Amino acid sequence: METETHAAYKSRWLPWILLLPTFVILLVFLYYPTLETFRLSLYRVAFLGIRKTFVGLENYQDLFTNPEYRRIFWNTVVYSSLVVFFSMAVGLFLSVLANQKVRGWRFYRLMLIWPYALSPAVAGVIFLFLFNPQAGIVNYFLDVLFGIRPDWLTHPGLAMFVLVAAAVWKNVGYNVVFYLAALQNLPGDVLEAALIDGATPWQRFWKVTFPLLSPMTFFLFVMNTIYAFFDTFPFVDLLTKGGPNGATNVLIYNIYRDGFEFYKTGMAAAQSVVLFVGVVILTVLQFRWGERRVHYGG
Amino acid sequence: MKRRKLLNTFAVHALLLLSVAVVAAPVVIAFIFSTQTPAEIFRFPPKFTIGSAFLDNYREVWTRYHLGLYMKNSAIISVAVTVGKTIVSFLAALALVYFRFPLKSWVFTFILLTLMMPTEIMIVALFELVSNLGWANTYAALIVPFLASATGTFLFRQQFLQIPESLVDAARIDGAGPLRFAWSILLPMSMNVVAAMAVIQFVYMWNQYLWPLVIIRESERQVVQVGLRMLTSGQDATNWGLVMAGAIVALLPALFVFLLLQEQFSRGFALAEEK
Repeated sequence: METETHAAYKSRWLPWILLLPTFVILLVFLYYPTLETFRLSLYRVAFLGIRKTFVGLENYQDLFTNPEYRRIFWNTVVYSSLVVFFSMAVGLFLSVLANQKVRGWRFYRLMLIWPYALSPAVAGVIFLFLFNPQAGIVNYFLDVLFGIRPDWLTHPGLAMFVLVAAAVWKNVGYNVVFYLAALQNLPGDVLEAALIDGATPWQRFWKVTFPLLSPMTFFLFVMNTIYAFFDTFPFVDLLTKGGPNGATNVLIYNIYRDGFEFYKTGMAAAQSVVLFVGVVILTVLQFRWGERRVHYGG
Repeated sequence: MKRRKLLNTFAVHALLLLSVAVVAAPVVIAFIFSTQTPAEIFRFPPKFTIGSAFLDNYREVWTRYHLGLYMKNSAIISVAVTVGKTIVSFLAALALVYFRFPLKSWVFTFILLTLMMPTEIMIVALFELVSNLGWANTYAALIVPFLASATGTFLFRQQFLQIPESLVDAARIDGAGPLRFAWSILLPMSMNVVAAMAVIQFVYMWNQYLWPLVIIRESERQVVQVGLRMLTSGQDATNWGLVMAGAIVALLPALFVFLLLQEQFSRGFALAEEK
């Protein structure tokens, strides 16, 4: 798998010394805690971690039979699907617009992608204010236009809507960066051939451009799903705390709660393992069928 | 035909400008209300101009709500990780690309697999580990676990592989050792990756939330994102002017770094393609 073309140097020990810091950090702070999470998921921990009892797969059994946990899985699926779909659809739409050979596309690109630099926490508190029933600007406009003032965060469907809106707003820019780069790298001759064939712009997009973008779409699907799994935490924590009545409680938020508020370490670990399996499946699919790209998490 | 094209261009610009406005609106609104007193914020109809508490709100979140301190902490960990990870990744990529050594493909796989291990997924175990090390409430807890990553290593690796092989051969024939070659040829030729790394890592660390929330329990070492959380919950009746001032302050450094290096960032993305 490795190309040895550039490997001009040979030394018995130097490469290992160069790799040592990476090895130590990855082993101690990534591999060990990941394996430890698997181990912890087989225990029931009580009294703030003082007593640990081995329970085998009981935590998992709980997870998959308890209706409360099943609801959390369902919430995660609904929330993630909505965030992924709208982030990508809006991102693609804006990229196609910005790719229209108009003047100033660099300016537009910048003005569309800058929220990438915002944190979920900043986006979260801003949306908390925008959708505040009394002081929020959204309700002001709804009141003026339709005479309604919904109580956003106490209604299950509306609370989910606010969460998804905040997450999509913050993430669209990321998709624009990638889609725009992909659009600009498309083979010009294929597009020209379609143009000569007399296809309408709509047909050209769906029959030619979109299929050519599919490796990028697949890559972005994986990245957006991972975003929806993990970067969701600040949104939920700041906007809804999983409420109302557990309607927006998603896996990553519940892991935090079980782990650090209820001290059910074993259950938190078991849920982490479930999420981990999801990430592994996505990554394997990505490397098998997607474009081979660098992960941009950190 | 020409008229239609003109109309088309106009429509595209109009749609783009509208999108730009929608994308910017939440932050613009946050900024406007960050300058108002509670009385101004709850006024009907709302006031869409700068309010009378501009300096007061910002001064208050900076000192009374300790955002100044949290900003300093966030700056320390973000700079430390950005610099540290860039060096560590550069060295690892140097070994992977320019050296012949046994078990190389295993090493490659070992690093590659960590792509599947985001911090959040092991948060419970990482918390135990770092607490047992006695690092709770320290900068070390926020810095050390993030000093290496597959992302950084592979970004440099791809850059190195795009540099013509003849260069390293020439350097070797001229008697330049690997470290000399890395320092005087490779590093200057990789500055675009260094810049892309700077944006990605700085923004990533600056925006950390869950991990500082669980491992830092003393306000002395807390980061600004968690500070925002305390701002929303730490008052009797939410003073939205203060919260918005906090949000604006918290977003500025990451946005600044991003705007400074956005060209390199966008090109860095294109570069990340593995061919």
